[in-house]
Amino acid sequence: MSFLILDGISKKFGDFSALDHVDLSVERGTVRALLGENGAGKTTLMNVLYGLYRPTSGSIYIGQKPIHLRSPSDAIAHGIGMIHQHVQLAEALTVAENIVLGIDRSTSLIDLRRHARKIAVMSESYGLEIDPATEVWKLPMGMRQRVEILKVLYRGADILVLDEPTSVLAPNEIDMFLHRMRILRDSGKTILFVTHKLDEVMALADDVTVMRQGRVVANCRVADTDPVRLSRLMVGRDVAPPAAVRTREAGDVALECRDLRMRNDRGTTALDGLSISVRSGEILGIAGVDGNGQRELAEAICGLKLLDAGRISVRDIDVTGFTAEQRHRIARIGFVPEDRHGTGLVLDNPIAANLVLRSFRRPPIARYGFLDHGQIARTAADLMNRYDIRARSAAQSTRDLSGGNQQKIVLAREIEAKPDVLVVAQATKGLDIGAIEFVHSKLIEERDRGTAILYISTELEHIAEVADRIAVIFRGRITGELLPRELSAERAGLLMSGACTGEAA
Amino acid sequence: MNRMLDLAIGLRIPIAIAAALLTGSLLIAAGSGDPVKAYGLLFKEAFLDYWGLSNTLVKTSPILLAALAVIVPLRAGLYNIGGEGQIYIGGLFATIAALHLDGVTVIVALPTVILAAMTGGALWAALAGALRAWRGINEVIVTLLLNFIAIHIVSYAVSGPMMAAGAPYPYSDEIPQSLRLPILMPQTDAHMGVIFGLTAAAAITFIFMRTSIGMALDVAGRSANAAQYAGLNVKRQIVLSMATGGALAGLAGGIEVLGLKYRLFHLFSAGYGFDGIVAAFMTNAHPALAPVSSFFLAGLQSGANVMQRAAGIDGTVVEAIVGIIIIFVAASLAWRTDLLRAFLRKGDRDEIPSVQVSRVESK
Repeated sequence: MSFLILDGISKKFGDFSALDHVDLSVERGTVRALLGENGAGKTTLMNVLYGLYRPTSGSIYIGQKPIHLRSPSDAIAHGIGMIHQHVQLAEALTVAENIVLGIDRSTSLIDLRRHARKIAVMSESYGLEIDPATEVWKLPMGMRQRVEILKVLYRGADILVLDEPTSVLAPNEIDMFLHRMRILRDSGKTILFVTHKLDEVMALADDVTVMRQGRVVANCRVADTDPVRLSRLMVGRDVAPPAAVRTREAGDVALECRDLRMRNDRGTTALDGLSISVRSGEILGIAGVDGNGQRELAEAICGLKLLDAGRISVRDIDVTGFTAEQRHRIARIGFVPEDRHGTGLVLDNPIAANLVLRSFRRPPIARYGFLDHGQIARTAADLMNRYDIRARSAAQSTRDLSGGNQQKIVLAREIEAKPDVLVVAQATKGLDIGAIEFVHSKLIEERDRGTAILYISTELEHIAEVADRIAVIFRGRITGELLPRELSAERAGLLMSGACTGEAA
Repeated sequence: MNRMLDLAIGLRIPIAIAAALLTGSLLIAAGSGDPVKAYGLLFKEAFLDYWGLSNTLVKTSPILLAALAVIVPLRAGLYNIGGEGQIYIGGLFATIAALHLDGVTVIVALPTVILAAMTGGALWAALAGALRAWRGINEVIVTLLLNFIAIHIVSYAVSGPMMAAGAPYPYSDEIPQSLRLPILMPQTDAHMGVIFGLTAAAAITFIFMRTSIGMALDVAGRSANAAQYAGLNVKRQIVLSMATGGALAGLAGGIEVLGLKYRLFHLFSAGYGFDGIVAAFMTNAHPALAPVSSFFLAGLQSGANVMQRAAGIDGTVVEAIVGIIIIFVAASLAWRTDLLRAFLRKGDRDEIPSVQVSRVESK
């Protein structure tokens, strides 16, 4: 007898089908993993279950009874508790205050001490030891997540929904986390967790549902399956790369990164002794699931973030101590950043200003500090024409353009600066097929000109289309390297989820 | 439809000011005055009467410079609430320089005094900029609090080391005759100061339209990440823009001394630094419009007295109206084409979840 049943849930955003007739049934007191790549629809499904999105069609049953979720408070009332990927706590308040926040809406009097005692008892019984009087900002990330879990348990949740719960944890916290989840399951709670990490599925889940492009592609018992099968299901068909015709062989090493180490903003390890090298006239693809150090790697190379240790050189020049400006101007490193809206472009500026964003302080754009608006207009007209940037005029605000046209602005600017090294991060995110093809053809053109290109993407198929070599990144290090023709779904899937390591890069 | 929207966006600030004046007329009516008569008197006195206009111009000069002192940092994404303090320090530096340059030829002395005023204001504001850039301390709080320190430093100076011999009230010696600014309108107090303001407004407009320094400030103000990516030194932009703003406010203080007071007084600025904030927001940070908004605000204030005398309406009503203008203008700045369009089409979009998950963040 299934406890939680999702029956034919579909969710459309405009013409885009984020969920397509998803069926799911979960037994009481079991752990269900929801496995899939980025964009498979896992998070959308969780949001439906939490009342944040209303499904376009389909129904949800708990214990045979149909339920309607119009808001998160409905979900909580039905015993569904959501633990988001990023903890959402008021850091200045104590653990107990955070847990009590929002409870007892009808009365303004809260007996905090009574609550604190109950919380202490509850936390102990679930093996989630924590001092209710501690202020949240003093706690490490793993403990904060415990507070989130206690918060939903305290509201009486029977079903716990966790979105990528281990992504915020340090490696040593993960084992303890898995252990606590087992205690919760054994005490009768039903757990759904979203992940793309195969090792965690194997270690924790009883059943696993694999999703791809908004559809459920497989439901199986974890005991009856193995990581190889799961990774093939997750990635889908084997990716066969079209052999891009080269007009020129790769040359000497242009970009060399040795043993890069860096902590991210949260203080956890983002780059953990990562080494790569790219030759001129070569595209090195960096494959991996989001959040495994890709952003930090790109920013370290381009000088936006400082390394804790390691060395970066471009054509034998050590650029580790260079500023972002020097890396661009002297080392000729071009960068198409992942954060197109906040970093790659100034959305409120006109198109023309964005096309000269990285060169407006130097001739020919500026002379003795005075901008040459004629030159800017000519540059803009030329690039908009050659890169097919569609807009009413160069004076139009960049905010009004489509994602594809915005990306073309970034690409035009970075390529026209004639870089020796070009770092391209998640360049196809949010683009339609036509724009993706355009980006790829420009990158191949640029490779044939002799540029060393680092192509970072979470989309395996896009990497396979352009890359000459593929390195797989997992938890801040390269776990393996392969050639596009060796790229099978299971091999890549295994490397990307850290289930095994390939030959050293 | 779209042209109407664009027009509404383009004219949102004048619309907001008109709405504020309309709301203000309710206040006047509540005080059993006649709004039409009161506004008529106010604007006639402020802009059409010879004496009234001279009074308006006297106030325009510091308000305009103080507005520019807000606009420059604002374009770089910083709020300079410290114009008042920077005016005081500018006045102090100008007076010290002027008193030491007695007998020096005016061609050397006047530029030196003006430079001193600007340096004083710039240093005072750069303090806040440096704390923001290297220590991450909120510039709003620092500039605001530095106001009080500056005001008290001047009070100390003019009631202590700089106090004129035998003065009944805290003020300094008079500055030399030769350094006083020429009068623009004969027999009034309207001095040349407003020329400095207009020149500064023109120069700042030029900097933002035509120079890479201006463009860099705009980039930094609109996106700090993009500025770093563009290779700009964001910390330097912060200090530079605050110091420039401070220099302009300092100039306002210096000109108050050189053009109007001829000596440094205890509490010599009547809150011009704060009026400058209002004038700056009324332009939506466009330096070319600052002369207009400053002139308008100065007119409201100089007309207020006449309105009080002639129509029997309390002058504080004008202060309330200025407050209403601030609220309305601030609200109008939230209008954006895309938002208005979304609002008008509200019917056919349901994809925004009714409850947004918000993230509590703190550093």
